[in-house]
Formats: sequence, structure tokens, C-alpha cells
Amino acid sequence: MKNEMNLQFSAVSQNESFARVTVAAFIAQLDPTMDELTEIKTVVSEVVTNAIIHGYENDPSGMVYIAVSIEDSLIDMTIKDNGLGIADVEEARQPLFTTKPDLERSGMGFTIMENFMDEVEVHSQPGRGTEVRLRKHLKLNKMLCN
Amino acid sequence: MSLNIDMETKHDVLCIRLSGELDHHTADELREQATALIEKNNIRHIVLNLEHLSFMDSSGLGVILGRYKQIKQVHGEMVVCAISPAIQRLFDMSGLFKIIKMEPTEEFALQRLGVA
Repeated sequence: MKNEMNLQFSAVSQNESFARVTVAAFIAQLDPTMDELTEIKTVVSEVVTNAIIHGYENDPSGMVYIAVSIEDSLIDMTIKDNGLGIADVEEARQPLFTTKPDLERSGMGFTIMENFMDEVEVHSQPGRGTEVRLRKHLKLNKMLCN
Repeated sequence: MSLNIDMETKHDVLCIRLSGELDHHTADELREQATALIEKNNIRHIVLNLEHLSFMDSSGLGVILGRYKQIKQVHGEMVVCAISPAIQRLFDMSGLFKIIKMEPTEEFALQRLGVA
């Protein structure tokens, strides 16, 4: 059975924990391991933080959109903003690359997404915004026990 | 859930004990508090106790690296202790263990810096 949820919220840093906790609560019905839950929460935090800091440059009037669908063991998430966009996505995905070293950004966001998810797709257009699609299969052995 | 920051100075070592969640939202407060104390108390080394930190993302890596750079200027060292497997993965991924040492407990970390 396919199950979906949609969430939209202001691009303010207070909502980073709201976003990751909400997504975690939704996927909890798949009975993920603690490690899997932590991975999903971390990844949501990374994408939402990027939208707030880089997409909207901390403009609280911006909105962040999260859509999650789950089906069997597959989690499919799309997180998007209508912010500034990324000129060079390949460059942005390089480990330790950051456009804001003065703000003590580590440049590890995309690397963490790629390590914790099975697939990461980034679509971005300067001036239009950024959409990140992330997919992950939860481990199947537990699913068989249900 | 937010971040709780407990800081204690022992000689020239600053012990920073974190509990709760370290993300972009809470990293600013940690940066401000730690930076101020490092300057005020002439801190050389930092022990970062993460025993009760339940969540961290790359914003946490950024603020930790920032404090490392701060004490590096006075030839200090940073030792992280009581790190959870989930947070250790982020440290491994970013290569932070090449410059920041790890100990199992705060006591071992302080011993390593010669103040236990």
C-alpha cells in the first residue's frame, strides 16, 4: 500500500527539528531500525538547512516543501524550495565544498545525503529554486517478520 | 528539543558538555557561548563531551571545526569523548578524526591533556 504525506513550512531554523521529527514520525510505521531513523532525520535536516541558508538566505518569507511517500520498504522524499537555486550542482555536491565558509558551514551536507540514502537527485535552476529527491530502501529482513 | 550547553574551565582546558540536538538552529548559540569563553579565559584546549547529544548534522561539524580552528591558533588540541556511533559516522565521513582526537570518557580526555 502506498502512503503519502505533504508538509510546507516557513524557512526558519526553528523548523529544522520540526521537519526531521515529523518525517521520522511518518516513516516510523515501516518499523525502521534506529540507525535508519537517524539517517532519515539527518538527511532531512541537511536538505532543509540548505533550503533555509542557501536557497532563501534566511529570508523567513520563503517556504520549504516536503513530500514523502512510502510503499513497502521504499521511502521516496522530495524536498524543495523556490529560492536562489544552485548554479553548479556538481560543484555543490563535492565533499567540503561550501559557498559560505564564513558561516562555518562544513560543506558536508550532500556527502551525508549520498552516504545515508540509496539515491540522491538534485534539480536546480538559478532564480527558480532547488528540488532534492531522495530514495532509500529499508532493510527487508525485518519486513518479512511483520 | 533544543540544545543544552554546559561549560566548565579547568586551567586552560574548556570542557563543553552538550545534551539535546545540535543543528543549524542551535549551532549559533554554541558558537557564541564557546567563542566568548575561549577568549575570556585564555583557553588552549577543548574537551567536547557528547555523551548526551541525541542528534547532530553537518551544521554541528561546522561549529566544531570552527572551534578547533580557534584553539589551533594558540597551538591547542581538541579531544572529543563519549561519542555515539551515529555521530561518530559523521566525524568519520568528514575526516575530522585526522585533527580531533577521540577518547571514551571525559576523564580519559582530561588525562590526555594533562589536567585530570
